[in-house]
Amino acid sequence: MAKVSIATVWLDGCSGCHMSFLDLDERLLIVADKIDLVYSPLVDFKDYPEMVDIALVEGAVASEEDLHKIQKIRAHTKTLIAFGDCAVTANVPSMRNLVGKKAVLQHAYFELATLDPQVPNVVVPPLLDRVRPVHDVVKVDIFLPGCPPSADTIFAALVELLEGRIPDVPALTRFGK
Amino acid sequence: MSPTMTETTVVTLKIDDREISARSDQTVLEVAWENGLFVPALCHYEGLGDVGACRLCLVEIKGSPKLTPACVVKVTQDMEVVTQSERLAKYRRSIIELLFAERNHICSVCVSNGNCELQTLAQKLGVDHIRYPYLYPKVSVDASHSRFTLDHNRCILCARCVRACDEVEGAHVWDLFGRGVDTRLISDLGTPWGESETCTTCGKCVHICPTGALVEKGKSVAEMVHARPRFAAMARVRSSSGR
Repeated sequence: MAKVSIATVWLDGCSGCHMSFLDLDERLLIVADKIDLVYSPLVDFKDYPEMVDIALVEGAVASEEDLHKIQKIRAHTKTLIAFGDCAVTANVPSMRNLVGKKAVLQHAYFELATLDPQVPNVVVPPLLDRVRPVHDVVKVDIFLPGCPPSADTIFAALVELLEGRIPDVPALTRFGK
Repeated sequence: MSPTMTETTVVTLKIDDREISARSDQTVLEVAWENGLFVPALCHYEGLGDVGACRLCLVEIKGSPKLTPACVVKVTQDMEVVTQSERLAKYRRSIIELLFAERNHICSVCVSNGNCELQTLAQKLGVDHIRYPYLYPKVSVDASHSRFTLDHNRCILCARCVRACDEVEGAHVWDLFGRGVDTRLISDLGTPWGESETCTTCGKCVHICPTGALVEKGKSVAEMVHARPRFAAMARVRSSSGR
């Protein structure tokens, strides 16, 4: 049987969801037999493949890079999973929506800067006006909340998905867990 | 008993096709809970008067096209109530989602994470994301009190604190000010909590709060555990003192 191709993506999040994924520990070996990790911060492929079976998307959509990435990923993914609270609710990154982009940049790059204060405009992608949950930008197929979703939750959800079933998410996890 | 009040009798009614007997002075919600049925509610709390604020306990009552909050309707003879239906599930989920969208609830960094009725109900009702746009209102945090903090970011306007303070403690520090989405919880008609002359610092409002809006100072993420058994005892004492 062909292996299921999996991508993991890191947008505006702390990487905690990826850390939780690694916390599968020896269960990674069980999963590894059944999947091909085709794109991820954990591997070195630079380009998103033509079509991926399942993408786990960590993080909110906060910058222009995030926006371009998620649109491309959506177009080349069969099942897109909002992976963790930042992807599902925009979570902590969304707290800047209370004060706005300008105030955040002003504080970080001017008020706290001692030498040559300026907003970076090369390499660092420009911020969007608002941080948005992934489903506010593209269609999401499955929501897996949690900050982060526990390794048990990730494993249980993956097992269901690899068997072609839809995981019973509320039985596994909740916001903030 | 005043002459206009009707005498309490025993009535029989149907809830979810179950024949149930109840006292005529009981609400549909009380009877449903007494019989082990799951009807969600955030503003109702045993020992407090009901106000029908959260609308989560909506039920269908045969003969009425409208949905009815079960906490503010008394049972009547031959009443037929439905507590579980697709229509109700849809509305209940929507209400939970609107509560999340209306303020800034960030569960992962909340003192009540893991001890929050809004969070628990969201999970129980299958709310795994919020379909409505978040409003991100700019609301304040009142940390002027020496022992407690009021964080409007997490307030769902259930008014449990208002009633606990008025009906059980007898101080009436709290009120709701304004209308609709602009409604805010206020202490002493709008003075900072720390300057309140009526607050007795009893903490009943803090421990009855379903979320992390009213908390003890010094609590960090997930540390705000509500002391509910203590409240139940205090409410019992108040009601048996014949107020």
